[in-house]
Amino acid sequence: MTAAPDHRPTMSRAGLGERLGPYLPVLLIPAIMLFGLVAIPSMSSWLTLTVSGLAMGMMIFIMASGMTLVFGLMDVINFGHGVFISVGAFVGISILLVLAHMTEAPSLALNLAAILAAVLAAMAATGVLGWAFERVIVKPVYGAHLKQILVTMGGLIVVEQLIIVLWGPEEIYILRPEALQGAITFAGAAMEKYRLLAVGIGAVLFVVMRYTLRRTKIGLIVRAGVENGEMVEALGYRLRLVFVGVFIAGSALAGLGGVMWGLYQEVITAHMGQQIMILIFIVVIIGGLGSVEGCFIGALLVGLLQNYIAFLEPKAALISNIGLMVAILMWRPQGMIPVVKAK
Amino acid sequence: MSDPILRLSGVFTDIAQYHILQGVDFEVPRGQVTMLLGRNGVGKTTTLRTIMGHWRARAGQIVLDGQDIAGLPTPAISRMGVGYVPENMGIFSDLTIEENMILAASSGPIDRARLDWLFSVFPPLQTFWKGQAGNLSGGQKQMLSIARAMVEERRLYLIDEPTKGLAPAIVSTMAGALRQLKDQGASILLVEQNFSVARALGDSAVVMDDGRVVWAGAMAELANDASLQERLMGLSMEAGH
Repeated sequence: MTAAPDHRPTMSRAGLGERLGPYLPVLLIPAIMLFGLVAIPSMSSWLTLTVSGLAMGMMIFIMASGMTLVFGLMDVINFGHGVFISVGAFVGISILLVLAHMTEAPSLALNLAAILAAVLAAMAATGVLGWAFERVIVKPVYGAHLKQILVTMGGLIVVEQLIIVLWGPEEIYILRPEALQGAITFAGAAMEKYRLLAVGIGAVLFVVMRYTLRRTKIGLIVRAGVENGEMVEALGYRLRLVFVGVFIAGSALAGLGGVMWGLYQEVITAHMGQQIMILIFIVVIIGGLGSVEGCFIGALLVGLLQNYIAFLEPKAALISNIGLMVAILMWRPQGMIPVVKAK
Repeated sequence: MSDPILRLSGVFTDIAQYHILQGVDFEVPRGQVTMLLGRNGVGKTTTLRTIMGHWRARAGQIVLDGQDIAGLPTPAISRMGVGYVPENMGIFSDLTIEENMILAASSGPIDRARLDWLFSVFPPLQTFWKGQAGNLSGGQKQMLSIARAMVEERRLYLIDEPTKGLAPAIVSTMAGALRQLKDQGASILLVEQNFSVARALGDSAVVMDDGRVVWAGAMAELANDASLQERLMGLSMEAGH
């Protein structure tokens, strides 16, 4: 064999545009805030709407993050995801009603403890339901998108009817815990305490999810599995177990989101999950199917834009999110942060 | 001769309505490099994928170190010590080179001495350690793919066309890496179209045609017999010398 010359590979430095590319979606958040600041005449109104938009966005992120992970890793279009939101809300709110002595006490610690108990119960219930949903409904239709849509929709209808059987057909109204009612004022702007709590929980959850995905081995397996599941298995990892774990985690997160959304709206219905699914689909699609970071950015954009537009031109609020989706998909058809998939 | 590390007996594999493998029989001797040769589309990649469990054999036995692994799931086969380098390299573009390697070391942290050895074999991996694997060149991606299989000592390496489409300089790097692996006593089943590489590395050879093994023997015997090459593979391997 002829001797080959030494191989001295180099990697060229990416240009500025190429390096900035991945961060452009993040810059959309301050850009949209700036738009709000210019368009809204009062600074205090802008601040109130911004906190409200961020809170709404964080709650949508909590509900949508599980769905995007399930789609990215398992290639499963789960139209039944909304039912975990409804079940989570009903379980969580039921716990809060039982713990009324804690929620009615003017003690922030007791109020938060009651919410924590409600959230844990909701996540446990929706986690178990998610496990059953995956085993019974989703597992037989892996790889068949049309069937997935049909059976997961069917599963949603069945579970919604079960909610009506267990809790009745009426809406359930609930007051937020005592210490979380009302608002605090800052720079002349009123900011609801509950919305600030939602912003905090959403931000913490995003940091935890990002850390888990970026800095732990299970996160590596999930990210690699999104791209090329077959190769992950060839490296010795049982991806099926990871699938089930992600489905359970995604369902539990939807349950958490359900409790938070229920307290935000102060009313819950069996169909609440189904109703919020439109927003969740928009967020998952514009974020980039399977991308947690994209989902986070998309959720904040949807929350902020909806609040700003609802203030500026209430009728236009109905189409603002669809407009946002169209604009982003024209810019990046694969979503803001597309996930690499093996060909 | 000692027991073979791998033995395939009467392996049939179907993909949809196509009968790809039609009774494959061969052995991979322990501590040797076995070349799996043949024209395009004769079932070489399917053979490797069937051994790895990506496709299930309809019939036949695949015995690894005395245990029938046909029908076992892929992760179980991998955990028995089978390292696999697929034809498409299978690197995770969205992960860094470091993350690709951490994932490949499935039994625990990466052994530092082994990593240093891999860096000496494939220097670009050290240079771009924290870089995204998707940004590597084709040759560098192939280096990563092979290094991933080599990051832990395996009982058997299944390597599918590691030099396909690569520049001569990188082919030389690949051949050197596989030579070092061979010198360590590794058992390797290697699909390779580059006959120069096959002749330089192979101890034994298995030639397939139409989903069956049509010849098996010493690599030297095949390499030194142009008419045999012509008859088995329908083309003169002299061209590749």
